[in-house]
Amino acid sequence: MLDKTLVTRIFGPKGWLGLALFAAITLVLVPILNLVVPEDSAFHLSTYWVTLIGKIMCYAIVALAMDLVWGYTGILSLGHGIFFALGGYAMGMYLMRAIGREGNYQSDLPDFMVFLNWKELPWYWVGTDSFLYCMALVVLVPGILALIFGYFAFRSRIKGVYFSIITQALTFAAMLLFFRNETGFGGNNGFTDFKRILGFPIAAPETRVALFAITALFLIGFLLLGRFIVTSKLGRVLNAIRDAESRVMFSGYNPLPYKLFIWVLSAVICGIAGALFVPQVGIINPSEMSPANSIEIAIWTAVGGRATLVGPLIGAGLIAGVKSWFTVAFPEYWLYFLGLIFILVTLYLPRGVVGLINKERA
Amino acid sequence: MNAAATTAEKNEGHMSGGQGLTDRAVGLERPVDSTKLDTTHGVILYLEDITVTFDGFRAINKLNIAIDRGELRCIIGPNGAGKTTMMDVITGKTRPDSGTAFFGQTIDLSKLNEAQIAHAGIGRKFQKPTVFEHLSVFENLELAMKTDKGIWTSLFFKLSGAQRDHIGETLEIINLKDQAHRPAGLLSHGQKQWLEIGMLLMQEPQLLLLDEPAAGMTDEETARSGELFLSLAGKYTLVVVEHDMDFIKQISKKVTCLHEGSVLAEGTLEQVQNDERVIEVYLGR
Repeated sequence: MLDKTLVTRIFGPKGWLGLALFAAITLVLVPILNLVVPEDSAFHLSTYWVTLIGKIMCYAIVALAMDLVWGYTGILSLGHGIFFALGGYAMGMYLMRAIGREGNYQSDLPDFMVFLNWKELPWYWVGTDSFLYCMALVVLVPGILALIFGYFAFRSRIKGVYFSIITQALTFAAMLLFFRNETGFGGNNGFTDFKRILGFPIAAPETRVALFAITALFLIGFLLLGRFIVTSKLGRVLNAIRDAESRVMFSGYNPLPYKLFIWVLSAVICGIAGALFVPQVGIINPSEMSPANSIEIAIWTAVGGRATLVGPLIGAGLIAGVKSWFTVAFPEYWLYFLGLIFILVTLYLPRGVVGLINKERA
Repeated sequence: MNAAATTAEKNEGHMSGGQGLTDRAVGLERPVDSTKLDTTHGVILYLEDITVTFDGFRAINKLNIAIDRGELRCIIGPNGAGKTTMMDVITGKTRPDSGTAFFGQTIDLSKLNEAQIAHAGIGRKFQKPTVFEHLSVFENLELAMKTDKGIWTSLFFKLSGAQRDHIGETLEIINLKDQAHRPAGLLSHGQKQWLEIGMLLMQEPQLLLLDEPAAGMTDEETARSGELFLSLAGKYTLVVVEHDMDFIKQISKKVTCLHEGSVLAEGTLEQVQNDERVIEVYLGR
């Protein structure tokens, strides 16, 4: 009920107004300020900002996915970066193929394969010139990996810190795998130098704005989906699993399908966020799978406020915003600063920024 | 002795409540239909030669118990007698090393997991009241309610008028009508015990296992619980583990005393209380 009131409060009349405002800004105002307002005007929004905000919205989607498993179900994943990166790589495969013969080596193969002296595409690259096929991969690869991993972990009743450590190891192992050139995903350089997406030049302001608006639409869509889930009886069962799993079992629920459902959904959402991220940022490489990245996702969620849906979006925005400034001003101190924020939030703001706002109101 | 016994028993419960070595993997098995329960011979629960060992320690040693349908059975015994472990075996939390456990004549409990056993019609109240603290009292009862407990049903679940009334009746029985929309975490200890009992009733089980249901209740609450259990006996079968002798006196017809994992004595409270061995190991001289 505590959580429910929080959700319903955020989605009360003021909440819907806020959501409508967000939609108006991202879908109408930003495109106009960037494309229509002349560049020398004070109101012009540069493409740099459009890309930065678009990137942060991708992070926000990931934080939302994290909130569903951690905030609502109590499953702390410290490896969510892997699902994000896999979605990104699936999109990246399409973008690499879409370069065509315009690469440095003017070959049908992506440049890194020519560099490795490969003569033909590996089997897992077959069909990746099709956009639709790659979009299916964006959903299926993270989804199936999460399904298999989750089934065995939840079936063996691996919980709490053990689960967190295993997810961390999973993303670390995947990072090492993707670092190898022989794996066939560009090694430590990953994929970059994209030229176009569905025939549109990828660096053109119009394409950027379109990607930005699509990201905003996905963010709004996932927020509404998340709200539907957490306010349903299924959401209350997830909540109950977090608070007293044994009571859930003795009430006749098998927690396994419930955990798997939310876990796989969360992974798929992350994958889609990764796919939206790559064409905007223009690069995907194995560092997205580094353990530190996955920990940062948990920090966004904690800072914003767990089990609030909207909180993690705010958390991702705050931390990613601060990060983009901080890593320019004091690059070597960023991780210390991030750790400090996490400690302070854990000690003084257990319900995050949103909890603080609610306390002020109450 | 009661206070000390309760604390020690709590610790024992805590041990078995954690990630015990006996926890088993649970996959996607199908729910069991409660209509399969067959009690034509009048017996609802048979435990035969059950043995459970933890690291060489025999928590239960060739235990034999049969509970009749509609009975209200009290289980007593000193700490470590195996009372909680017995409940763990019945509800699928712990696998016995040997022996058989049958629910009615046809349902073999050793082949089912916790959720399936709950579906088949066995409800369990823990020693430490376990409710969903962040959900309201009403929502706690709603989740426990007997219905299809698959994920798709839950995702699109809408409470019907009859179900709402049913929850209302249970709120009446457990005396929490005024608290229906408060988070369960804010209830008093005794009220949480009542809520958990209410959740069991919502499951519409055939057999209720109650582990120290009166612990932490005021005298008045305890007396009310006693009345409630007496009114439930007959319609349901109840197995109550208790230390509070006054409470047992109020509700019991038949008492079983466990010691070192087996039955020491069984009979009316008077018979058990006058048994030399029971006096020796449990009641004290």
